[in-house]
Amino acid sequence: MEKIINLTLKVWRQNGSKAKGRFETYKVNNVSTDSSFLEMMDMLNEQLVSEDKVPVAFDHDCREGICGTCSLYINGRPHGPDDDVTTCQLHMRKFTDGQTITIEPWRSTAFPVIYDLMVDRRAFDKIISAGGYVSVNTGGVPDANAIPIAKADADESMDSASCIGCGACVAACKNGSAMLFVSAKVSQLAMLPQGRIEASRRAKAMVAKMDELGFGNCTNTGACEVECPKNISLSNIARLNREFLYAKFQD
Amino acid sequence: MSNLLTASIGRKLLMSVSGLFLILFLFVHLILNSFLLLDGCMGFETGQLFNAGVHFMGTNPLIKIIEPTLALGFVVHIVYSLILTVQNMKARGPQAYASGKKTTGVEWASLNMLPLGIAILAFLIVHIFNFYMKMKGYIAWEGGEVEFPFFGSMATGENAYALVNETFKSLPLVLLYVVGSVALAFHLAHGFWSSFQTIGWNNPIWMPRLRVISNVVAIILGGGFTVIALAQHLFF
Repeated sequence: MEKIINLTLKVWRQNGSKAKGRFETYKVNNVSTDSSFLEMMDMLNEQLVSEDKVPVAFDHDCREGICGTCSLYINGRPHGPDDDVTTCQLHMRKFTDGQTITIEPWRSTAFPVIYDLMVDRRAFDKIISAGGYVSVNTGGVPDANAIPIAKADADESMDSASCIGCGACVAACKNGSAMLFVSAKVSQLAMLPQGRIEASRRAKAMVAKMDELGFGNCTNTGACEVECPKNISLSNIARLNREFLYAKFQD
Repeated sequence: MSNLLTASIGRKLLMSVSGLFLILFLFVHLILNSFLLLDGCMGFETGQLFNAGVHFMGTNPLIKIIEPTLALGFVVHIVYSLILTVQNMKARGPQAYASGKKTTGVEWASLNMLPLGIAILAFLIVHIFNFYMKMKGYIAWEGGEVEFPFFGSMATGENAYALVNETFKSLPLVLLYVVGSVALAFHLAHGFWSSFQTIGWNNPIWMPRLRVISNVVAIILGGGFTVIALAQHLFF
């Protein structure tokens, strides 16, 4: 059943990466519980524009949970109080009338704030450029039976490939570590024959880039796995450790 | 192998391997400690079994080599924990979340490995002054010579059992030992499985198994040391 709720928002505002940030409090009334969180943010921005104020900057694109652009740390959790969804898939029915919602950007040295709630996540792109690919053209789609791949491997690879690179893992991690992201990207390729060949080089290059960009060291708390909107498994991190150490001992 | 130790995973490997080595030591330590309670059921006079154990550890040439290795294990584990923690705090950034961290289902111990480690270190220092320094002769102590069976014949050595028995008469000290052991149990409940994860020995099937084994290891070691300290205080 649709309900109409009124909310108080505590939103992080920051006029550029060098500026000092602060929280601003806004009231947003008549929010339908059927609307999404970002639609509620749109209502806030329309309100701000009509008052001749600067709207809140936040990242968003596909709004169906597949692009990895939206972020937001909502009431103590990346992507808000629901499990296994991105912020754009979060419904306002998860909130109650009169509730105060605190909205912050991802906090991590490797993800500096650009403006308000937008952070610079190009660090992830740099890690991918360092080795998260197969460096030869593997041609068109082959017959399904041309290269046999065990169903279990194909499934696990697919699960790892579902990482959308939103950065919730880094935002949730007490160490600001990007290991869940890097391990998912290494795993999805390492488990398939086309990607297997360069697995060692890839693991070394991506970990080196990750360290260089100032991400923290994983201590296996598992907060990343809990907050990941795509349910990326912690066992990917064990696989990355395995690939990396194996590659290093080969050198 | 080139610059393995400058990589994050290389440093974590050192934490993992040194941690597992220290766990191995703790098992040996626990077996020796259990001698404190086992005289009765093995048919020895009180203290004989433990004194024989201490004599063995004190005179065995192998132990002379392992002792500095053990010290190195502690140093590596502590130094690298500090290096990694400083790096992690830097990576995390100075700005804390105003709305806190409400992620559910994260092990408490995993979030508090450093405080738990500091508690264990504090306990370790007290522990070294209580026993190690005395048994090694760095601090004067009057235990007297006793005779005990040693590999079929009789041997004489210091009465280490008397030292332990005397020390554990103090209730505050026993409670401190209990606190130290409980901190150790929590530290290991996360540390044990985490070290296997870092080595790379994990997958979706082994994850739940390793977590169970980790809890068992934590209960055996933490619980074992607790029970021995309490039993010494109450029944001996």
